[in-house]
Amino acid sequence: MLDALKTRLGDAALSEFRGQSRAIVPRDDLASTMQWLKDDQGFDLLVDVTCVDYLSYRDAEHRFGLVYLLANTATNERLTIRVYLDEPDLAVPSMCDLWCGANWLEREVFDMFGIEFRGHPNLKRILMPEAFVAHPLRKDYPLQGRGERHNFPVLTREQA
Amino acid sequence: MAIEVPENVVVTKLDELASWCRKNSLWPMPFATACCGIELMATGASKHDLARFGAEVFRFSPRQCDLMIVAGRVVMKMLPVLQRIWQQMHEPKWCISMGACASTGGVFDTYAVVQGIDRFIPVDMYIPGCPPRPEQLIQAIIDLQDKIQREGTIRGAEFELASRQAPKRALVELPTYGRSAAMIGPGR
Repeated sequence: MLDALKTRLGDAALSEFRGQSRAIVPRDDLASTMQWLKDDQGFDLLVDVTCVDYLSYRDAEHRFGLVYLLANTATNERLTIRVYLDEPDLAVPSMCDLWCGANWLEREVFDMFGIEFRGHPNLKRILMPEAFVAHPLRKDYPLQGRGERHNFPVLTREQA
Repeated sequence: MAIEVPENVVVTKLDELASWCRKNSLWPMPFATACCGIELMATGASKHDLARFGAEVFRFSPRQCDLMIVAGRVVMKMLPVLQRIWQQMHEPKWCISMGACASTGGVFDTYAVVQGIDRFIPVDMYIPGCPPRPEQLIQAIIDLQDKIQREGTIRGAEFELASRQAPKRALVELPTYGRSAAMIGPGR
């Protein structure tokens, strides 16, 4: 698997740490690479989709790192795919057609980081209320929010 | 002219009779969202036996309840639900804020967690603890019973007092620390 990945992506994109394989994929190649990984390399399980905000991170070149964790349930291989994204263009193709489980995972990443998944059947917030405007796991969002948690009507005894 | 009263007749005021009936048949609405809810269930179970205080009839319909026990943290998505359930309960009704999270937000000082339900609905009794022991919840119910007996009226006039109308706390953001403080808006 690693050799096949090396010939496809090149040496520089591939790295290994304590027996775990990681690959960096350019955004334009993401859809075709994932299709190939699923169909030809047998990665039939999408374990997780998550995201890292590298704002003010030491030596970081890009703002966001989108992370896909894949597993091959036949050979027990695991692979981490990383895609770097920069503002303002935060769109990647959705993986819902390949792995159905990507649906809610991508909605969570959209909710928390504002990454747009093109082709997603139902891309709306999954954790925060519909009316929420920010993406709270971005590093430039304050930990205690911008006062949204207090933006409710106050009920007194006579109103209820 | 003296009236002879038989030994098995007790004379009281109608207000006190109504309060006595109400305090001994509190029907709790369990609004349990977190680990405090487990202690709430333990309180209702056989070992601690809330039935001793007449408050064992947990109802999951707000129409049948008169005591809301908010057990656990309340997040932004849950607060409109909490308010609607509170409005659906019939008067007279009381509210117990159980545990640190329901009372103040607890350790969850984050963007999504409401910092104390008393900012948005009236609260009669607060229970500290994370989570509180069942004994503490029982003590709160006993204290609430005392409160009902002490100030309850048959028409619910005690709820119309100005002190019970007003929101309990100033609706301001608490001061924040660290570099993100400048980014936080004025709130309400």
